[in-house]
Formats: sequence, C-alpha cells, structure tokens
Amino acid sequence: MNMTSVPNLIPVLPEIILALGAMAWLMLGVIKRDSDTTGVVSTLSIATLLGALVAVVMVTDGDQTVVTMNGMFIMDPFASFIKVLILVGAAATLMVARPFMTMHHLNRFEFPAMVLLATLGMLMMVSSNDFLSLYMGLELQSLSLYVLAAFSRDRARSTEAGLKYFVLGALSSGTLLYGISLIYGFSGNIEYSVVATLGEGDAPIGLVIGLVFVLAGLSFKISAVPFHMWTPDVYEGAPTPVSAFFAAAPKVAAFALLMRVLFDSFPSLGDEWRQIVILMSVLSMFIGAFVALMQTNLKRLMAYSSIGHVGYALLGVAAGTSEGVQGVLVYLAIYLTMSLGAFAVILNLRHKDGITEEIADLAGLMKTRPGLAICMGIFMFSLAGIPPMAGFMGKLYVFMAAVDAGLITLAVIGVVTSVVGAVYYLRIVKVMFMDDPKLDFVETDGRAASMVLTVSAVFNSPVFWIVASPILAWAGWAAASLVG
Amino acid sequence: MEIGLGHYLTVAAILFTIGIFGIFLNRKNVIVILMSIELMLLAVNINLVAFSSYLHDMVGQIFALFVLTVAAAEAAIGLAILVIYFRNRKTIAVDDVNMMKG
Repeated sequence: MNMTSVPNLIPVLPEIILALGAMAWLMLGVIKRDSDTTGVVSTLSIATLLGALVAVVMVTDGDQTVVTMNGMFIMDPFASFIKVLILVGAAATLMVARPFMTMHHLNRFEFPAMVLLATLGMLMMVSSNDFLSLYMGLELQSLSLYVLAAFSRDRARSTEAGLKYFVLGALSSGTLLYGISLIYGFSGNIEYSVVATLGEGDAPIGLVIGLVFVLAGLSFKISAVPFHMWTPDVYEGAPTPVSAFFAAAPKVAAFALLMRVLFDSFPSLGDEWRQIVILMSVLSMFIGAFVALMQTNLKRLMAYSSIGHVGYALLGVAAGTSEGVQGVLVYLAIYLTMSLGAFAVILNLRHKDGITEEIADLAGLMKTRPGLAICMGIFMFSLAGIPPMAGFMGKLYVFMAAVDAGLITLAVIGVVTSVVGAVYYLRIVKVMFMDDPKLDFVETDGRAASMVLTVSAVFNSPVFWIVASPILAWAGWAAASLVG
Repeated sequence: MEIGLGHYLTVAAILFTIGIFGIFLNRKNVIVILMSIELMLLAVNINLVAFSSYLHDMVGQIFALFVLTVAAAEAAIGLAILVIYFRNRKTIAVDDVNMMKG
C-alpha cells in the first residue's frame, strides 16, 4: 500500500462541506460578535446542510458501493438514503428553532454550529466501514448532543437533562467500546467485512460477548428498552427545539448504524442478535404504549411515543430480510416527518404569558388556532398509525416483513400495542377538538417554521400515497445494497 | 509465573466492572461518576493494548490513542456541564439530580 497516496475524497464530499462549514461559521460567530450574527450563522448553516444534501445526491453513483479512506469509509445507496433523511431533519430543526430561540434569549450562534457538528458525526456513523470510524462518528455526534441538551444553561431543568444525558451517554459509549475491544481481540481486525468472515462457522465466544456489548451501547443511542431511562427526562428538560432534533436526526442515524453493524459485520451471528433485537422490540412497544398513557407533559409523551416507535421499527430489523430493512427505512422516513411536525406544533403553543407543554392546556385549540389543531390532528393520527395517514404505511411494511419472516407473534404484539398507543394519541385529538378553550394562544412568527409545519402535515396526510411508490422503490434499492 | 494475555484481560474486566458499579451504586457526588467513566475507558485501553501486543497488530494501539483523545474531550464537556449544573442548583450530590422523574 502506498502511504503517500491521497484517498478518493469524492464520496466524502458531504462530510467535508459540513466540517468546513461548521468551523467557518463558528469562526464567523466569534469574530463578529454583534446581535444579528446568529441569524446570519443560522441561515448559512441551513444553506450548508442543503449543500451537503446536494452533494450526497451527486456522489451517489447508481448501485455502486465505494469504499475509501483505506477502508474506513463506505458510500452506498443505504448510506445515501439515511444521509438525506438526516440532513433534511437537521435543516428542518434549524428552521423551526429560530423563533423559539429568539423568544427565550437562547439566540446564540453556537446552536447552529453545534447542530452542524452533530450532523457531521451522524453522517460519519452512517458511512462507517470499521469500528474506529464508527466510534469517532458516534462520539462527535454524542459530544455535540450533550452540549445541546444543556444549551439553556440558566435553566436548572436543561442543565439536569444535559448532565443525565452525559452520564448515561458516556456509560453507553464505554460499553460499546468494551465490546469493540473484544471484537478486535477475538477477530484480529476492526473492519466490518473481515469481522463478518470470522463469524462464520464456530464463532469464538469473545466475538459473541463483544457483539452483545456493542448492541447494548447502540440500543442506548436509539433509546430501546431497557436502555431508554434517559429519554423522557432529556426530552422534557432540553429546550424544545433540541428535543425536536433528538427525536429526528440522531435517532435515524443511530438506527442506521445499528443496522449497518448487524448486517455488515455480524450476518452469520444472526440467530444470536435476533433474539436480543426481538426482546428489545417487544419491551419497547409495551413501555412505549403503556407508560405513555399516564403522561401529562407533551414532550414526555413524545419521548415515550418515540420509544414505542423504535420498538416497531426494530420489528423490521428482527425480520433480518431485505424487505425488513426496506420497511425500517420507510418507517424512519415517515417517523422523521411525524415527530418533527409534532414538535413544530409544540413549539407554536405560545400564549401571552409564555409557552405551554401540558396536554390539558391544548383544550379547545381548534377554536383558538384551527390551523395548528388540524396539523396536530394529522400528526396524531399518523403517529397512531391510522389509515389513510402516512404512519399507517410505515407500520404496514414492518409488520408485513415480520410476518413474512415467520415472526407472527411479534407482529400480533405490535398490532395490539399500537391499538393501546392509539388511545393516548386520540386523547390529544379529543382535548383539542372537543374541550372548551382554556388558554389564549397567540400567533407566532417565523415563515420557515410554518413552512416546515405545513410540508410535514401535507406529507403525513393522505396526499402521502401519491409519493409513496417512489419512496418505497428508493428504500427498496437502499435496503438491497445493505442486505441484498 | 508469566504474565499473559489472560491476566491483562482479567484486570481490564475487573476495572470495567468497578467503573459500572461506581456509576450505579454511588450516591454521593457526580465527580465520582466522572471518575468511574474514566475508569471504564481505561479498562478498554488495557484491553486494546493487550490484544494489540498479543496479535502483533498496530491497530489496537492506534485505537487506544483515539480513545484517550476522545476521553479527554468527553471529560472536558462533562466537567463543563457539571459546572453550569452547579451554578443552577448549588449542589452536585447525585440524590439531588431529581427535578424530573420518570
């Protein structure tokens, strides 16, 4: 190997754009310290994310899988599908965040810069091809997210959320690393494809233990039960735009990473990891459905809702087939828009004395802010998975994949828990449409924020079925590159 | 008696376990948690370097250097969050980290 040769940098273009952008806008913010710099940095950051999005589409070269950086970086249709989701999620978060951040005196230029760095970490995770690049990407993402959770540094709740997230996040990184060290020791390599060949036949017990540790660490990042303890507290305590970000992009990225590790480096240990994934899926669906019934805070409710949705998506992973992965990808795409939309509504719940996060305060929203109430209604029906909303299709595909793979009991549990879950989503709809108004909600400004809200509401409404088949085909193509 | 790979792995496993127990059993203050996290990462480093020497492969040592660097960044961020937390609450006792329950 010629050490002096420059690796092929073209597939890494989106990451390079984000890295340079994040550093440049951070410098700009430090040098020009006046009040309107934040707006400029925020706009530039959104432009950078969209630039990276264009780059992702440009470097995706048909069905080609390109490996570069001495085998550390992989670019395939799977990575490109997930990267598009992540970048859209991050850009939408920045758009909905701005009015809230201005209102709460959190309007600092570090926020968009940290979001850019976290996004960069996510893209690297998704494209990792060995355990070292996995670890570096994951840590870049996590470290940025710890800071974001504690971003409202004068609010005790936000700092507590940051502290809890940091401690548990560091614990999970430690577990993951210990697993990686065992995998390295027992396979002698850290590249996914090499580890995969060593897992064939009689796999050494150290490799299996390492796999379990890695799986535990990654489950924490997707907040699957029993590694979900941090989720409700962090979602509740962090500033709402940050919670919106947590529910969208990092979850998609961690899910993609989980699938990449399982399918790329442990295909032959499928029977071992499938048991764990099935157990986590069932527990997540139950906790997500039943504990959410008792919540009164909207952000906590969304946290439990996200735990439940992770359980449904894990069904597709447990199926272990190309159809399963396709279902998961469609599910993630739809979930991204549902949760971003629901959080965009929560960000808009402003009355003249401040902002509310309580479900009971939504009473009579239909009379005071009908547009908002209709959007929220669409998201709630979609989250519950009621046809003909988009959320139904996500569930349909993972359940079908699970049934095809012979996991019929699991699919039945999924259907039962979604019925239980529907109760709390529909309770919100009932409170909004049938109760008498309690609070005087006021109009909020921000054209970008209402654009995000409208687009995601339209996407989740029955209009979705028009775009459904290209999304399905695209997800199928991406899934084939991972499992195929 | 010769010190072999098994001994290093045992030491690392013990350190890792102490780290995990330090996080969950400790009821005193958050600094101890930060120390426990550090202990876990060091256990991983011992593992990596021991395997690297056993396998005659450099990757493990390079990995350990990356882990060291990231651990330093992690400690810096953890302490920074702890400082702003202390400013708000005037305490870093683990039992007081309970504004939100669930």
